[in-house]
Amino acid sequence: MPLLDARNVHGGYGGMNILNGVDMAIEANEVGVIVGPNGAGKSTMLKAIFGLLNVSQGEILLNGDPIQNQPPNKLVRRGMGFVPQEHNIFPSLTVKENLQMGAYLKPDNVKRMLARIYEFFPPLHDKRHQPAGELSGGQRQMVAMGRALMAEPDLLLLDEPTAGLSPRYMNEIFARVKEINAAGVGILMVEQNAKQALGIADKGFVLAAGQNRFTDTGAALLADPDVAKSFLGG
Amino acid sequence: MNELVFFINNVVIAGSVSGSIYAMGAVGVTLIFSIMRFAHFAHGDMMTFGAFMVLLLTTLFPGAGSAIGVPTPILMMPLAMVLTAGLAVGIDRTFYKPLRAHGVKPIVMVIASLGVTLMLQGLIRVFAGTGGSSLYVDDRKEIFRLPIPIEGVRVPVVITEPQLYLFALTIICVIALHFFLSRSRLGKAMRAMSDNPDLAQASGINTNTIVAVTWVLAGGLAAIAGTLLSLDVTFKPDLSFFLLLPIFAAAIVGGVGHPFGAIAGGFVVGFAESLAVFNWGLLLRPFRDSLPAWLELPHNLAFVGTEYKIVVPFFILVAILVWRPTGIFKGKVIT
Repeated sequence: MPLLDARNVHGGYGGMNILNGVDMAIEANEVGVIVGPNGAGKSTMLKAIFGLLNVSQGEILLNGDPIQNQPPNKLVRRGMGFVPQEHNIFPSLTVKENLQMGAYLKPDNVKRMLARIYEFFPPLHDKRHQPAGELSGGQRQMVAMGRALMAEPDLLLLDEPTAGLSPRYMNEIFARVKEINAAGVGILMVEQNAKQALGIADKGFVLAAGQNRFTDTGAALLADPDVAKSFLGG
Repeated sequence: MNELVFFINNVVIAGSVSGSIYAMGAVGVTLIFSIMRFAHFAHGDMMTFGAFMVLLLTTLFPGAGSAIGVPTPILMMPLAMVLTAGLAVGIDRTFYKPLRAHGVKPIVMVIASLGVTLMLQGLIRVFAGTGGSSLYVDDRKEIFRLPIPIEGVRVPVVITEPQLYLFALTIICVIALHFFLSRSRLGKAMRAMSDNPDLAQASGINTNTIVAVTWVLAGGLAAIAGTLLSLDVTFKPDLSFFLLLPIFAAAIVGGVGHPFGAIAGGFVVGFAESLAVFNWGLLLRPFRDSLPAWLELPHNLAFVGTEYKIVVPFFILVAILVWRPTGIFKGKVIT
């Protein structure tokens, strides 16, 4: 049984459909990457999975249970974590408090998970008493991912985790994503840096106009001349 | 030296009294703004409601306090806080929540709170009448005159019992608020929601609970402020309504969204008021003989007359909005 299984998902904002039948399935040990041109519905798909917009048709299964149109706080309880692209930290709260908020529904996790997150992102330990808003872009992204990981999700949704980061931090984040996955968390992320992202992807989904154009392993998509020509800039 | 005691009585004590009351009101206003993003104009009347509940309970059980040695109104205050918190949550459920669910603009919420103001004031008038009444039904207001043990000082420092309760409760509330916001899980969640409501929801924080907690805190503090104000002067149905301007000035001076800024702002406005109405001629009087002969000391040398005291917070409000709209601490700008 796949960890996440989305079938024929239709949805959008206020009657306007952005997703016109998207299929997406990943296993617990996989990293899934969604790529595609602007307006293809990549971020919209993540939001649909996390219950942030109305799914009008189709179904989304998490560990076999239907979860479409459930509110985010229920999904957090069911083992899903979401890191939005922007506004993904609490700027006036300290780094430690940001992480504590991630485990709001699982207060027993706090102590044990704080130690793990600090071990995983050492810069956060050094800056744990600083307001998160004062951190650099890359460190903010670590706070955002750390917050989502505090609840020990089975599935982590990342919306453009490397947007606006320098190449050094970008590679760092990709490496971390792989490590998180190796620790047993399924990952589904949207990426603009398609080549690098598909390089670490077990599964790649190329979306266009709210539909699947290509679905394959990351390596196969990178090797496919059609994908390269139309979506990876040659 | 007598003049210095005058200064202590009229500026230090009077300023701390209004400062404490403004601070407790402004904390409520700022908490409500940071969670629900609207200026709650019915706050003054929530304070009046708290005082009115104390009046009601004290009238019903006038002798209750003497049994344990505190004034009955003080004894009744915790109950009034619970009732006012209940009222605040009830008002939110009935009037504000449906509007929020519709996603209305903040200005609609502000107008709704104006409606609540008129409604509360009307209701209180129906039951309490339009005149003033003392909260001391069976007790007597203790006035302490503390003589200064320095030769030649004839004027004592004057402080009343409700003022002492006010100072003590203000200190307790500030400390309690600090620990609540910085240590408790709920307090941190409240700050998180103020920072980023969407992410708070995505973290699994129940925003309805946070809204309710905000009203409980704001209502409880409003009841304390309203009661102690009415104990300091006398209960009137529109007394706290006229504090709305200084309270908003305090919240904005402190930086909207900063509870501790609101406390600082409350004292800034309170002291500014008492400094502005203080007769500075008094302090110059001892030097009368050394002043040049042509300079005759006027009888009253205050910046503004007591009857125009309301000018002071208004001036502070306008000045801060023009020169530093985010307040002392960098806060949000009320829109």
